[in-house]
Amino acid sequence: MENIAHNFPFVASALLMGVAFYIILFKKNLIKLIMGIGMLSSGVNLFIVALGYRTGGNVPIYTDVPEGLMVLSVPQALTLTSIVINVAVLALMLTMVIHTYRHTGDIDSEKSRKLKG
Amino acid sequence: MDFLVTHAPILIVALPLVAAFVIPLIGIGRAGDRGRNIFSLVILGLIVFLVAILAENVHAVGIRVYTFGATAPELALPHGYMVPVRIIFEVDSMSIFMGIIVTTVALAALIYSLHFMKGQTGQARFYSLMFLLYAAMMGLAFTGDMFNLFVFLEIASIAGAGLAAYRTNMADAVEGGFKYIVISAISALLVLFAIGILYAQYNVLNIAALAYYMQYTPLDMLALGLLAGAFVIKLAGAPLHMWAPDTYTVAPAGSTPMILAASYMSMYALYRVTFTMYGGQIDTTAIGWIVIIVGVLSMFIGVMMAVHQTDIKRMMAYHAISQGGYMLLGVGVGLAVLADPVALANYGRDAMNGGIFHIINHVFYKSLLFMTAEAIFFRIGTRDTNKMGGLARNMKWTTAFYVIGALAISGIPPFNGFASKLLIYETVLKFSPVLSVIAMFVSLVTLASFAKVFYAAFTGPELPAFREVREVPKSMIIGMSILAACIIFLGLFPGLVVDNIVAPATDALINHTAYVNAVMGAVP
Repeated sequence: MENIAHNFPFVASALLMGVAFYIILFKKNLIKLIMGIGMLSSGVNLFIVALGYRTGGNVPIYTDVPEGLMVLSVPQALTLTSIVINVAVLALMLTMVIHTYRHTGDIDSEKSRKLKG
Repeated sequence: MDFLVTHAPILIVALPLVAAFVIPLIGIGRAGDRGRNIFSLVILGLIVFLVAILAENVHAVGIRVYTFGATAPELALPHGYMVPVRIIFEVDSMSIFMGIIVTTVALAALIYSLHFMKGQTGQARFYSLMFLLYAAMMGLAFTGDMFNLFVFLEIASIAGAGLAAYRTNMADAVEGGFKYIVISAISALLVLFAIGILYAQYNVLNIAALAYYMQYTPLDMLALGLLAGAFVIKLAGAPLHMWAPDTYTVAPAGSTPMILAASYMSMYALYRVTFTMYGGQIDTTAIGWIVIIVGVLSMFIGVMMAVHQTDIKRMMAYHAISQGGYMLLGVGVGLAVLADPVALANYGRDAMNGGIFHIINHVFYKSLLFMTAEAIFFRIGTRDTNKMGGLARNMKWTTAFYVIGALAISGIPPFNGFASKLLIYETVLKFSPVLSVIAMFVSLVTLASFAKVFYAAFTGPELPAFREVREVPKSMIIGMSILAACIIFLGLFPGLVVDNIVAPATDALINHTAYVNAVMGAVP
């Protein structure tokens, strides 16, 4: 039972990534596609944060550190960087969808297509 | 001078990064345009100088390690530590080889853009993104850290997508940029997932340290699959190439070569991961065959899709996919025989030389071709070959550059495409004659397709609509002539180039222990 609780974040991140891939591959609405990519990034971020977590560990700040395990700080730094990057990527995608909507009046990936062949 | 040599790796990345954020401040107002152009050229000139002295230094002393925040940049391992805890730049012959390619293309693209962009709105943002993309590519080439690689990959994606969608007044440009950012975001997240898996097992992010501790467990195989998949998407390998024609077609000319070079930075990352990080552990024959199959598929599908295109830039974009296949074929053959010293010495190393030499050749001539296509678009406002005709009468320089590029891509001597393709044909023939025949056949179709466009666009009677068409402005001609001169130089002296910059790059990939020891050498 303890094992399941320990692995719960990994199961959650796998579920998030699975749903995200389903959305990315099968949804035609561009906003939904962007939501899928947002979910994918959340899944990966959750995976990395969960890697560094130690149950009952201390906060990774090095002054007056109490005895015992310490939560890994590197994965948290990685996740923070990755979140910032993903905000930029999602914002850029949303601006492009707005432009697409202005040009074609549609955000369906089939109907707003201009480039073919 | 010593200071510059020591700190060249970081300056080459930091200077364009700073320039990217300074340019929008300079380029305010009409008088700012001139100041910004001069500033961009000065910064890029400085970087070209730094790349030159770094290349000379790497050629002379071997792998250069640059540790951030250490008391001395060479100090990869802090005293008493067994693993590198700091971010490290590691510049070997392969990194500097990619650096030379990217820098040359950036120089030509920047000069070309000076007149090409004149009078357009948002120029400051265009140059800003160009420098950002350049900084990201140099970072990708130099970094010795997996997470750093992910960050630079994302910077390259964001800057590249911004450039591709630069002409937001056109619906197709936005679509091409959107496709690029979507596939880039997905592949970058796959890379991040793989980095998480690797970090979970070895607690390090440094490429050399990962290679040192690599056990090749099933989880590592999963990570390799994710990394390879992500990089194949980004380099437009055959089954996953759908984004490339759209993105290359719509990007403004100055930036198309940069986005093209960015896709070969992903190819570099693929080689870095398979050869260096997993070096000596993977089943090289199986992975080599996978690379070969992706290469042959890209070659064949790319050229077949190119033949019937009527959009000149889209046709060239499909050829870019096809030529990427040659590189993968050459290096794949080398990878397949990596474990067999006799075959490797016999033809494997030369096949890799061919594949890697083809990167520099292809980036140069394809950039030139993209620039000529956009020069036509600049003057007549269409990319449709059916509407063109008789352009050679008024655009003599552009025609000459197109002919140089077209002959080079088809592998006609004495241009550079011939040199690398011959190396690939010869060596692949010893490995598997069928593959060599396919490669030659693809080359023939390439020639046919470029000849068709030449007759359609440049020859024939003068069309009344194009009677007033003039040659493109001077800076665009200078930009194209830089690349044309490089193509002719590489074609006339292939031996010199292969011996001095290509063969060391190949050896840097084959001999992965040197890369590992440069960082982990002090570990007992």
